[in-house]
Amino acid sequence: MKNCEALIIGGSAGSLDVLLRVLPLISPDVKFPVIIVIHRKNGSDSLLPELLSGKTQLQVKEAEEKEAILPGIIYIAPSDYHLLIEMNKTFSLDYSEKVNYSRPAIDATFQTAAEVYQNKLVCLLLSGSNADGVNGLKTAKSWGGMAVIQDPESAQVAFMPQQAKLHVKIDRILSIEDMPEFINLLS
Amino acid sequence: MELPLINDEQVELLLSDLLENYGYDFTGYSKASLKRRINRLYSLDKIPGFAEFRYKISRDSLYFKRFVEQITVNVTEMFRDPGFFTALRETVLPRLGTYPFIRIWLAGCSTGEEAYSISILLKELNLLDKSLIYATDLNPAVLEKAAQGMFSLNYMKQYSENYILSGGKNDFSSYYTAKYSLAKFNEELKHKIIFSTHNLVSDHSFNEFQLILCRNVLIYFDRDLQHKVLELFDESLDELGYLALGTKETIDFSKIARKYKRLQNEKIWRKIS
Repeated sequence: MKNCEALIIGGSAGSLDVLLRVLPLISPDVKFPVIIVIHRKNGSDSLLPELLSGKTQLQVKEAEEKEAILPGIIYIAPSDYHLLIEMNKTFSLDYSEKVNYSRPAIDATFQTAAEVYQNKLVCLLLSGSNADGVNGLKTAKSWGGMAVIQDPESAQVAFMPQQAKLHVKIDRILSIEDMPEFINLLS
Repeated sequence: MELPLINDEQVELLLSDLLENYGYDFTGYSKASLKRRINRLYSLDKIPGFAEFRYKISRDSLYFKRFVEQITVNVTEMFRDPGFFTALRETVLPRLGTYPFIRIWLAGCSTGEEAYSISILLKELNLLDKSLIYATDLNPAVLEKAAQGMFSLNYMKQYSENYILSGGKNDFSSYYTAKYSLAKFNEELKHKIIFSTHNLVSDHSFNEFQLILCRNVLIYFDRDLQHKVLELFDESLDELGYLALGTKETIDFSKIARKYKRLQNEKIWRKIS
């Protein structure tokens, strides 16, 4: 895909290591926002943006409610809220029931983004131990978006990308090494 | 859910029906969350088509109740964000304790978990007798549940941990009696809580308060409605009173911000002029 308007990366157990390896290699000139939804324990809020901002030249920040989503920024979903995308390309937060035992749920972000960005959306699902994200990938596909997963072989916990592979027509399966180039070529 | 079953236009139709038939105005709500919840309910109830859904909501008052209950978010906890309750316990309530009478408004109280949490704090600070908590929500069904003061026993472990983290020193289980799968909270905690309907969108200020709490409600409103509701809170708050919002909410964008000073580290603001 060219002219990508949003890249959303979802992950759970074993995905942080992937981000730590991939983010440093993402070009500072990317022309789309990178939105990251990672399952984690509550209360460790500011740690993840801090940790990741040390690894990239791009600005990294926690997504705030009503904030306009801008290209070239890495947004992190806050812990314990679902992160939704509005039609006017702003964020909303939502404290409704957990989905797949998770809040933030990757599904919630993938699904709301699907309609907004349609065929300019890329959803990347990383390592993890539950099936969150799978329904979201389906929705993204049905709006013309692109579904990409980490190669289960390379994932610390293969279950999540495996489930996606099983239930969704995946566009690309990437090793960790291939991710930076794939992302850089989306601009 | 793949393609959403109810699209934006249909959501708008439902919202204007609600306003026309029942006087409930959801048009200022954030659309993504609302649409997600409407679609969730639509799938959950296996409604055969949009026309039938629309008809049911407009004509069947029981189903309308269910609709409102399901599209508003009613997830809450006791002593959620323990640090926030520590600030209430150590800073806010002791200062209000110097007043002869403390009126507290808990707006969007849902099923009441926070109301009972605050009641426990007031009791431990020996302030409950001179306090009154007005706990309001737009949704009568959740208020009925709140008034019962019974919560699932399954949650008590988590709530007890929250309570201890917030600085609670008592045995949390002394505040309730276990009945089968439920924890029934002591009557004395309820005496000073008034549960009542109030719709932040359409109802006016109804009293003057020294503390207003409205946590994780504004996130569901668009900016215009947030402005409006913050002004309603400002009108309803005494000078030197406190306004408390959810962890991810702020007054910074609002006109009322210049009159308020934020307490360090917490989403609590004091009205200083």
